[in-house]
Amino acid sequence: MMRRWLPYLLIALWGIAALIGPWFNEPANLIDLEKILQPPSLSGLLGYDDLGRPILMRLVAGAQTSFLVAVGVVGLSAIIGTAIGLLAGYQGGWLDLLLMRVIDIFLAFPGILLAIALAGVMGPGIDNLIIALSAVGWVGYARLTRGQVLSLKTRDHVTAAVALGSSQWTILTRHLLPLLLAPLIVEATFGMAGMVIAEAGLSFLGLGIQPPYASWGSMIRDGAGYMLMAPHMVLAPGVTIMLLVLSLNLLGDRLRDYLDNRLD
Amino acid sequence: MGAFLISRLLSALIVIIGVVCLVFMLIHLVPGDPVDVMLGESAIPADREALRSSLGLDRPITVQLTDFLKGVAVLDLGDSLHTRQPVSELLASHIPATLELALAALIVTLLTAIPLGILAAVNRGGMGDWGAMGFSMLGLSIPNFWLGPLLILCFSLWLGWTPVSGREDFSSLILPAVTLGTGFAAILARMVRSSLLEVLGEDYVRTARAKGLDETRVIWRHAMRNAWLPVITLLGLQLGALLGGAVVTEVVFDWPGIGSLMIESIQKRDYPVVQGCVLFISLAYVLVNTLTDILYGLIDPRIRSGGTA
Repeated sequence: MMRRWLPYLLIALWGIAALIGPWFNEPANLIDLEKILQPPSLSGLLGYDDLGRPILMRLVAGAQTSFLVAVGVVGLSAIIGTAIGLLAGYQGGWLDLLLMRVIDIFLAFPGILLAIALAGVMGPGIDNLIIALSAVGWVGYARLTRGQVLSLKTRDHVTAAVALGSSQWTILTRHLLPLLLAPLIVEATFGMAGMVIAEAGLSFLGLGIQPPYASWGSMIRDGAGYMLMAPHMVLAPGVTIMLLVLSLNLLGDRLRDYLDNRLD
Repeated sequence: MGAFLISRLLSALIVIIGVVCLVFMLIHLVPGDPVDVMLGESAIPADREALRSSLGLDRPITVQLTDFLKGVAVLDLGDSLHTRQPVSELLASHIPATLELALAALIVTLLTAIPLGILAAVNRGGMGDWGAMGFSMLGLSIPNFWLGPLLILCFSLWLGWTPVSGREDFSSLILPAVTLGTGFAAILARMVRSSLLEVLGEDYVRTARAKGLDETRVIWRHAMRNAWLPVITLLGLQLGALLGGAVVTEVVFDWPGIGSLMIESIQKRDYPVVQGCVLFISLAYVLVNTLTDILYGLIDPRIRSGGTA
């Protein structure tokens, strides 16, 4: 029972932490020189970092960053990517050819390399981070949507809608989009997991949100220098990221199985 | 076969030109005036003009783009703003380390993913499957900027078996390779499993079993032969992605490769070098993918005749 509900619980906790995060910014950034590198104890549950800031508070404050980036990037990429994929798949012809070439070019950048370069050139900050990751993220949704549309547009109900004289907008949004939602939701769930890692990774490289604000990635980077004295500085944010990503991936797996069954 | 080869090479060429254009545009994404960002607001006008003209920013953008394309064609990527060294020289001195790391990580990936995938497929639904897929899920979820420090803590600091960072002897390669390889092994193991499961359901495998071959022979000589195809495609994609994913791992271990060079140059606002790094990694990626595509076509005739899209 526990194993079944734990992922949902962790994802819910992440959302709640992100919502209440703003109230934790101040205590999370509170420097207390007497508590520097103190290990976890009853009074400070997860211990303190190299500036004596409470790590539990910083985890909660950092949830804001990761949630905002994950939701922002996945939302933005999904909207842009789906729109482009719908258009390319339904219109076909030269527009499809052109858009597919553009997609190929974006796919030629492995992993988050392009996002690192974009964030690096545009300068740090959460807005630039979201732009950089979305610039890379839309491609996956566009490809997925286009592929689905290609097979869906020959279905009878679409032909019927065309025969009835429905506008292209109606066909795309009323007759095609609802059928795409299932695979898109699955993709978006895995996308959230990917973006949690990407945000933390870029922050680890110093390209994300800037100090003193907390990000799980920059917490790991700060802690890496004190690993022998204060391993809790690296362990706490790392375990948090891993459990959250694991939960999101499990949720994605379950959604895929569930939605697949229904579609069949 | 000729037509297949030409269409593959042609589409690779189009992608390469697109990639070069996109990389060219990077420097124009610098907010405000790139010269200000690089020199600081307090620089004297003469210096600013000198930098502007050395970067070619004072010319029309179309001229800049054609110059950039011409430069790339003859491997002239400009000079570093900091050391004045040609970017191509800087890249050349960092490429071996990155290739070494990527290859080592690929070996780690293969050595873990293939046994795990086979183990999972053969014991479908059993303990082996559960364990292997659990490991794969864990590997997918563990970010390498955390796995790296964790491995350093265990094997370098506590046990003292390997160096903490840098690139000296063979032992310094182990932890970075394991860090980089784990995530990819997780993906590949799933692929091996599903690919093998599909093949194991085929009639010829049943025939092989029915005529009394032992299971090892059935798996390796009969089933795996056909299961390799999708695995090879993924492997090609991964080798390229390894080059990209190496950026974070290189920073964690202070590994003197292209990734470290890129992050260092971002911090120094040395944009020509950043462009060079992005260009090298993505071109290497396109190259590996195209080669994989062609190789795949050679192995499986269905691909050649099937589609050129």
